[in-house]
Amino acid sequence: MFCLLGLAALLAPFMTLAANRIVAGEGITVWQLADTASVLPGVLAVMAGLALGVPAGVTRLRLGGSILGLAGLLWLLQQGTPALLEGAGDYARVSPALGFWCLLVVLLLLMADALAAMAPGPLTRGALLAGIMGALLVVLSSDGLAELSVLKEYAARRDAFGRELVRHLGLAFGSLGAAAVIGFPLGMLCHRRAELRSAVLPVLSFLQTIPSLAMFGLMIPVLGWVGNTVPGARSIGIAGIGFAPAFMALVLYSLLPVVGNTVAGLGATPPAALEAARGMGMTPRQRLLRVELPLGLPIILTGLRIVLVQNIGLAVIAGLIGGGGFGTFVFQGLNQTATDLILLGALPTVVLAITAAIVMDILVELTRRTPEVSR
Amino acid sequence: MILRPLLIALLLALVLRPEWFTPVFAPLAPEGGPVIYQRASLLSLSLSHLGLVAAASLAATVVAVTLAILVTRPAGAAFRPLSRTITNMGQTFPPVAVLALAVPALGFGAGPTLVALFLYGLLPIFENATTALSTLPPATMEAARGIGLSRWQRLVRVELPLALPVTLTGIRLSVVIALGTATIGSTVAARTLGEVIIAGLLTNNTAYVLQGGLIVGLFAVLIYDALVQIERRLAARIGA
Repeated sequence: MFCLLGLAALLAPFMTLAANRIVAGEGITVWQLADTASVLPGVLAVMAGLALGVPAGVTRLRLGGSILGLAGLLWLLQQGTPALLEGAGDYARVSPALGFWCLLVVLLLLMADALAAMAPGPLTRGALLAGIMGALLVVLSSDGLAELSVLKEYAARRDAFGRELVRHLGLAFGSLGAAAVIGFPLGMLCHRRAELRSAVLPVLSFLQTIPSLAMFGLMIPVLGWVGNTVPGARSIGIAGIGFAPAFMALVLYSLLPVVGNTVAGLGATPPAALEAARGMGMTPRQRLLRVELPLGLPIILTGLRIVLVQNIGLAVIAGLIGGGGFGTFVFQGLNQTATDLILLGALPTVVLAITAAIVMDILVELTRRTPEVSR
Repeated sequence: MILRPLLIALLLALVLRPEWFTPVFAPLAPEGGPVIYQRASLLSLSLSHLGLVAAASLAATVVAVTLAILVTRPAGAAFRPLSRTITNMGQTFPPVAVLALAVPALGFGAGPTLVALFLYGLLPIFENATTALSTLPPATMEAARGIGLSRWQRLVRVELPLALPVTLTGIRLSVVIALGTATIGSTVAARTLGEVIIAGLLTNNTAYVLQGGLIVGLFAVLIYDALVQIERRLAARIGA
């Protein structure tokens, strides 16, 4: 199936050439990228990679195939970009098109599928992730791709990109931290008192339901009012627009997964373990710290994973209310109909979200001490 | 809950008779600026918003449930690991990013919003439907086979009804996400309630922001609540 999809994608336009960054470009198929001699190795590599993915079961072969195919894609981009730009004018932009993205997705899925079948341990996965990230950095910073439209957009905004990256991470991790500080004690209290639990959890899931743009919007008058009336609030940066409302909205969204999973994690302690702890004469506090918390840690961390991935995505909306982050690029790009600028905001967000998900999955696995209970 | 009729009344009033709220919102509007959103009727925006969500969710439900049925048949078992990889990876994609990435491919307007809502909506429904269809009580399945039901009859009369509550949970998740993402769809020129919030943000008019935010928020909460009620009824009927 991969092979068929991939071959179909090879026929679609591989790159587009546009006169400048705003107008729509014309699609160019693989064969027209450059002279046959320089295109052929790339096409062959992609086809061979797809062909290696055909036999099910031989996972190593499929993994190798996906790597070979990705290398072929890279080769095609590197060969195609300068060849297309030659004599196309100063403002011409070359960007990958439908064919490239489809092939990329197909090959990445092939890779993910092969890796999932091999089921590597947490440490191997960490090493793999680091390797892939390293390779990505090397590829992106190499000269061969610097002429590509998205990277030109990056070069023009190098400083802003760094600033928004820090802002984005600050929003996502900062709100995670704040939610953890509020959520853990709340979760522990809820674990102890059933009546508190039945009062708090519905409110939090109610908050989670509110659409993100509405939530960000509703934070503006609230924090604007706080900034105007509470003395000193304005001087620490609390105001109607900017970082503060975005941060608040993200914290509110984060509370449900943190509190909910803390309650679930503490409640999931096997009764036998609790009984043993009580029998050993542990005080309730010792039981919490030495038994319930360590055993519940994977579930609590899963809550943090949900929050982190969710917040990295939601932080994009902060761009609309002046809160910074990659959303700034996305919405600027949407306003100027500059596709490359949209991509410059959206692609790093996606990469960040997926990286965060993988890293948190590894952490969850590392903290799991009890064997998986089959239900 | 006595809260429910109150919220419904508030929502209806906000959408149908926005001018009633002029005194409430007036202090928030800029000096001399408009208080109530006039550029389009809130009713038509709401209908267009809900229409988008309904169309996308309906299509997503049909496709996702069909796919879930296929991968839980013996013939489709080979695709299960792959489909799980796709759903896991897909759900880490931020909805906003899906929307933003749909624009280069499809242009502006309702089209990319619909596609983004549809694609993103597939995942939770597919995941829940697959889980539900593959964790049916073995005894029931055995009994169905024992009374001589054909495979098709088993699917339609036993498996699908039993899987319905869990599948509905997936549909609910997907609808709530779609409602939120559709709001952001107004940044790519889809006609949704997000328009009111964005207009407020651009002109520094907090009254608009609050109106749009309240209406969208109320819709989301009430629809969520309605779907939860339906799920409870169904679950009670099945006796789960």
